[in-house]
Amino acid sequence: MTNFLKSNGVVMLIFATVVLTAPIWLAPIGASYPDLLQKFAIFGIFAIGFNILFGLTGYLSFGHATFLGVGSYTAVWAFKLLSMNVIPAILLGTAMSGVFALAIGYLSLQRSGIYFSILTLAFAQMSYSLAYSVLTPITNGETGLQLSQQDPRIIDGLFGVPVEAGLPSTHLFNISMSGLSGFYFCAVILIIAFYVSLKIFRSPFGLKLRAIKSNQTRMKYTGFNTRPYLLSSFVISGMYAGLAGSLMAVTDPLAGAERMQWTASGEVVLMTILGGAGTLVGPLLGATLIKYFENIFSALNLSELHKIFDGLPDTLENIVVAIINPFVGEGWHLMLGALFMIIVIFLPGGIMEGVSRAFKWIKRILGFDKKQPVVTSNVTPKGEEK
Amino acid sequence: MDAILIQILNGLDKGGAYALIALGLTLTFGTLGVVNFAHGAIFMLGAFCAVLFQNILTFSKKVKDESITFFDAYKEQPYLEIWWGDTGSAIIDYAVPLSILFAIPVMLLIGVIMERGLIKHFYKREHADQILVTFGLAIVIQEIIRHFFGANPIPTPPPDVVAGSAAIGTFLGLNDNLVYPWWRLIYLAFSAIIIFSVFAFLKFTTFGMVVRAGMADRETVGLLGINVQRRFTIVFGIATVVAGLAGVMYAPILPPDYHMGMDFLVLSFVVVVVGGMGSLGGAVAAGFLLGVLQSFASMNEVKAILPGIDQIIIYLVAVIILLVRPRGLMGREGVMDD
Repeated sequence: MTNFLKSNGVVMLIFATVVLTAPIWLAPIGASYPDLLQKFAIFGIFAIGFNILFGLTGYLSFGHATFLGVGSYTAVWAFKLLSMNVIPAILLGTAMSGVFALAIGYLSLQRSGIYFSILTLAFAQMSYSLAYSVLTPITNGETGLQLSQQDPRIIDGLFGVPVEAGLPSTHLFNISMSGLSGFYFCAVILIIAFYVSLKIFRSPFGLKLRAIKSNQTRMKYTGFNTRPYLLSSFVISGMYAGLAGSLMAVTDPLAGAERMQWTASGEVVLMTILGGAGTLVGPLLGATLIKYFENIFSALNLSELHKIFDGLPDTLENIVVAIINPFVGEGWHLMLGALFMIIVIFLPGGIMEGVSRAFKWIKRILGFDKKQPVVTSNVTPKGEEK
Repeated sequence: MDAILIQILNGLDKGGAYALIALGLTLTFGTLGVVNFAHGAIFMLGAFCAVLFQNILTFSKKVKDESITFFDAYKEQPYLEIWWGDTGSAIIDYAVPLSILFAIPVMLLIGVIMERGLIKHFYKREHADQILVTFGLAIVIQEIIRHFFGANPIPTPPPDVVAGSAAIGTFLGLNDNLVYPWWRLIYLAFSAIIIFSVFAFLKFTTFGMVVRAGMADRETVGLLGINVQRRFTIVFGIATVVAGLAGVMYAPILPPDYHMGMDFLVLSFVVVVVGGMGSLGGAVAAGFLLGVLQSFASMNEVKAILPGIDQIIIYLVAVIILLVRPRGLMGREGVMDD
């Protein structure tokens, strides 16, 4: 029974249902409008990809926002030069960030541990500074890269798409990419991305990545050259980031250098560890939660807080509001930082660890705690034989 | 010649700040084995010590402005001036240097609280966890500062006597036009003094000897019946004070704002890694080296050949050094060798 529930098909079916019905079941908590839903999906893809590197191999990259930025810039250029159809933009964005990831990963993976983190950070800062300064002809500097009416759009021109007044908008074979249809497009891509990640997790390749995390030296002694595995996982996660970046450009055709800043890299690290690094759905969960709370808390202000706590006696209301106020609105980052610390200190395995602890606890209470053989890995021996 | 001299000086004062922060970083790393991403935030807290001290000194009261007789005009006059007259205004003028006295106990306290309250629990955890938790702490500190002091840079002028520029050109018998701000020279001297005192402390005191022994082989020192841990806590406090003082003195050069810590942190980490994790001399050398390199890269002549080089030179050097000399310039064998 449990094996059936954990088979790829069933997991994907459940996942797809949950994602595609998100606009319905997210409605009661006020998160059901397209902009936010798109953000959930896009950052979910970003975090899922980051997890393939950090969660599986334990290599902490502080420069993944670079690939997000590269994906965005490439996608916008594809819109400008080729076509407003999103397919070439996404393919090119993903491929381009793959190329960047290959170059940066090849160099950074010469070293491990904190040196690896610093190297990725150095590359990210370099790309960020260059995007702001010298590469202005490509990135349009501080203003950010935007569409304009004079863009050539070669493919669109070949197919005789009429040039309209005003800026064109992105589309998938004439289905508009704004609003709910935009979300469904991102959601389908998210489902595909999740499927790929599931396959990686349950493959011998994924097992090797995990082995690198637990003991790289032993891996090397058993005769594995770990470098190619690390590099492919780096490139894959870079391409995920590029995909997320190009989807950002799809939902809003604009790219700016601030997407590449190292705080953006820090954000995806936080999403991953909040949900649970090394778990399948954890990163997606973390991304969704952070974007959701960001959306809610950064919009609150003093008067709204007073409205929320109106029911309390006046003195108590003032005290509660005074305590909460620094954490909302402008102070959302304070909350993020505090959350970061709390998670790392008390729940290093993230929410997923909390959930599994809670399950164990409930099982023990209800007396289901039969002695079962301990299964240490999700990967079955069957995976090895294939 | 003049241009080169000016660039070296420009680089040295920035390098001084890098070296001081990196010194603290590598000291914590060498002793406690903790990668502290909140160290830049401590630098920023130091700068805000100067701001806070200045605010306290200039705590003012509204008084009637006697110089305007046509109507009732009011002006803000600091209490210090009201009580002590000229002595008071002289004290206010020297707010930044005086705030060193204020900053030392404050930073020491912050350091000890941080170590006992948070870092202590992370000795045995992975480096990734240490990075993450101190990164979170850095965000928290930064946001708290923003909550109280706002997002704008706060000007903290140096004392009037040294507000001008030193005519070093005349002094060295070169071009008379060659001038350099006094305060930056002071900063350079100050950082040199701090660096030498830290080194002297570690080299010539019994305490320092134990700390160095503990850095080399912690277990054996422990077996000899010495409580290394307590000493390491004090070392963390010292590292905090060093970074804090670097911040205090840097306030007149760069008006402090809440995110200056992050900007310096990334660079200082690069400095530490370039110098070699756990090597004090390496951190100092790399700090000055990268500072000077950065200032040379921002010369117009260099930028004309390699556009944008000033933005990336430090990272570029870091990447090259890490790839060519994996342990950094002076890294010891066996430290972070994974």
